[in-house]
Amino acid sequence: MAVIDTLVQGALLGGVYALFALGLSLIFGVMRLVNLAHGDFIVLAAFIVLVGATSFGLSLPVATLIAVVAMFCLGFALQRLVLEAVLGEDIMPPLLITFGLSIVIQNGLLLGFGADSRRLDAGAFETRSLEVVQGLNVGLAPLLALIVAIAVILLLQLLFYRTALGRAFRATSDNPEIAQLMGIDHRNIYAVAVGISLAVSVIAAVAFGIRANFDPAIGPARLLYAFEAVIIGGLGSLWGTLAGGMVLGIAQTVGARIDPEWQILAGHLAFLLVLFLQPRGLFPARRA
Amino acid sequence: MTRIISPLSRRRFLQAAGSAALAGSSLSAPALAAGKVVKIGYVSPKSGPLAAFAEADDFVLAEFRKAVKDGVKIGGNVYQVELVTKDSQSNPNRAAEVTKELITRDNVGLVLVGATPETNNPVATQCEIEQIPCISTVAPWQTNFIARQAKPGDPASWKPFEYTFHYFWGLEDVIGVFTGMWKQVATNKSVGALFPNDGDGNAWGDKVVGFPPVLAKEGFKLTDPGRFQNLTDDFSAQIAAFRGADAEIVTGVVIPPDFTTFWNQAQQKGLKPKVVSVAKALLFPVTVQALGKNGHNISTEVWWTPSHPYKSSLTGISAADLAKGYEQATGKQWTQPIGFVHSLFEVAVDSLKRAADPSDGAAVAKAIGATKLETIVGPVAFGAANVPPFAAKNIAKTPLVGGQWRLAGDKYSMVITENGAAPQIPLGGAMQALA
Repeated sequence: MAVIDTLVQGALLGGVYALFALGLSLIFGVMRLVNLAHGDFIVLAAFIVLVGATSFGLSLPVATLIAVVAMFCLGFALQRLVLEAVLGEDIMPPLLITFGLSIVIQNGLLLGFGADSRRLDAGAFETRSLEVVQGLNVGLAPLLALIVAIAVILLLQLLFYRTALGRAFRATSDNPEIAQLMGIDHRNIYAVAVGISLAVSVIAAVAFGIRANFDPAIGPARLLYAFEAVIIGGLGSLWGTLAGGMVLGIAQTVGARIDPEWQILAGHLAFLLVLFLQPRGLFPARRA
Repeated sequence: MTRIISPLSRRRFLQAAGSAALAGSSLSAPALAAGKVVKIGYVSPKSGPLAAFAEADDFVLAEFRKAVKDGVKIGGNVYQVELVTKDSQSNPNRAAEVTKELITRDNVGLVLVGATPETNNPVATQCEIEQIPCISTVAPWQTNFIARQAKPGDPASWKPFEYTFHYFWGLEDVIGVFTGMWKQVATNKSVGALFPNDGDGNAWGDKVVGFPPVLAKEGFKLTDPGRFQNLTDDFSAQIAAFRGADAEIVTGVVIPPDFTTFWNQAQQKGLKPKVVSVAKALLFPVTVQALGKNGHNISTEVWWTPSHPYKSSLTGISAADLAKGYEQATGKQWTQPIGFVHSLFEVAVDSLKRAADPSDGAAVAKAIGATKLETIVGPVAFGAANVPPFAAKNIAKTPLVGGQWRLAGDKYSMVITENGAAPQIPLGGAMQALA
C-alpha cells in the first residue's frame, strides 16, 4: 500500500507541476520564446485572484474567471507592446526582457502587497479527501488539480488541431514568413499565444495558491520545476509536459520515501537521467 | 497635563515629554549641538523572501527619529543622531556589501541589525573585521555566536568577539517552552519532527545540542524522518512516518509555504495530532490567517507580544501602546519584530550615552558589553549567568514563552499558554488540544 500511495501522491504532485509548465511549454512551442518571468506571472495571477476573493468578496471560481480574462489581456498587450519589438533571430533580447519583467513583477508585488506569505482560501475543500481503499487517501484539491491539468491539455489540443486559430498557430510556428504570405498576421497570433499562456497560468496559480503559500518572491523557485517538466516531456509537446510533471513528481515522492533528504534531488536526478537517455525529451514534437 | 487621559494621548504625551527633556538639555549647549553627529547604520531585508521581518521598520524607524530629533546628550555634549538604512535584499552577500558601505562610505559609528541569521551574521562579521560595534537580535543566539566561529564544530576553539553583541533567546529556551506546552496536554508522548536541511533544522535536530537528547530525557519518543529541502511540495513520506509512529505531537522549524503544504496534506491523509508546535512558520499573524480555520490552536514560540509587561527605556511607551500605535499607523495586526526592532534602538542609545566618546568604536563596544537595560522586550544584560560562560561576553538572553493562535470570529489572536521560564509574562490561558 505504501508503494501505491507514494506513486499516487507523486502523480498528483505531477499534475501541479504540469499546470506550472503548460504556459511555458505553449509559448515555447509557438514562438520559441523562453519566458523567464513565467513563475512570477503565476504569482501575479495568484495575487489577482486573492484580491478578487478577499477585497471584492467574489467566490473563488468567479475570481479565477476574472483573472483568466485579465491575464489573457495582459499577455496580449505584453506581446504587442513589449516582446514583439525584440523578437527576432537573436534569442537573447527577449530572454533578457523576460528576466527584467521577473524582477519588475516581484518588486511591484512587494510594493503593493508587502512581503507576507498569502494563500487562497478554499475552505473545507482544502483538507477533504477520498478514501480510495483502506489506508489510501487522495486529497480532493490535488486530485482536482490533476483533472484540471488534463482538461486544459485536452482543450489546448483541440484548439491546436481542430480550429483555424490552431492551424495558424502551427503554421506560424513552422515558418512565420510563409504564414504571413498566406495572410496570417503573425503578430496577433503570437499575442494570442502569450495571452493563452498567461490565462493558463491563472489555473496553475489557483492550484498552487490552495496547496501552499505564495509571496512576491517565490516565483523563480517554482519556475525551475516547470522548466524541468517541459524539458523532460519534450519541447513543444503538451502531453509530454504532463508526462514530464509526472516523472518529476513521482521521482520526488519515491526519493522522499527512501530519505526526505533525497526528495528534491531525486527529481533533479530523474531530469538529468532523461536528458542523458533522451536528449530531446520523452515526447518531442514532430516538427521540432 | 491632567487633560490627557486616553491611552493614545498618553503615548503622545510621553513622547512629547521625552523630546522636551532632550530639548531641554540641548538648550544648555546650543553652540556645540550644531556640529556633533553620531551616525547609526541599520541593515534590514526590505525586499526579498525575508522582507516580512522588515515590515515594521518604517513605523519603528519613524518613531525613533521622532524620539531623537532634538539630539541625545552624551558626555556633556548633545549629538544629533543620524540614521542610515540599507536594504540587504534578503541576500547574505548583499548584507555584507551594504555593511561595508555603511562603514567606509557613510562612516557610521554603530551598526544595528535584527532579521534572521542570513542578515545578522554577514553584517556582524563585517563589523568585527572593520572594528565597528554592532548590536544584533532576532535569531537564536547559537546561530550568531557559534555559526560565526572559525570552527563551529570545535567548541574548544570558540573565541568571544570584540565588537559584536547579540541578544535573543537560545535553542535551549525554545526546547523548554515546547516541552512545557506538550506536558500540559495528555498525549502518548510520541513526537513527529519536521526539521529541514537548513541552519535551523540542523541545529534543532542535532543529537547533542538539539531536541533529541532533551526529549529522550523527558520521556518523549521522537520520529525524525530526516532533513528535507525548503520549498518541498510533498510531505507524504513524513506523514506516513508520523502515522506509523502514531505521533500525537508534531513539531518543527519550517518556512510558511512548507507548513501549509504539510498541514493540508496531513489532514487529507488523516493524520490528526493533538498538539502542533512549529517555529518560524507561524510568526506573523497574516501567515496564520492564511491557514483559514486550520490554524486554530496551533502553537508556536513567542518572543514578544503586546501583553509583555515591559516598556521602552527610550520613549516610555508600553508594549501594548507600541503595538497599538503600529496597528493604527498601518492598519495591520502587530508582529513580534516590532518590539525587537524598537529595542535595538533602546540598547543603541543607552550604550552611546554611557560611552566616553561615541566616535570611538572601542569605547562604544565596551559600553554595549556593560549594558544592563530594561527594554520593551525585557531585560538586556550582557555577561549574565543564564548564558554559557564562553558566550556571556557577547550574548544576552531575553525571555521566551509559548502560545497558541486562537481564532475568535475570523481573526486570530495570540494566547500565551506557557511561561515556565518567564513567569513575569502573564498567561492568557491554558493549552488546548487540537480538535
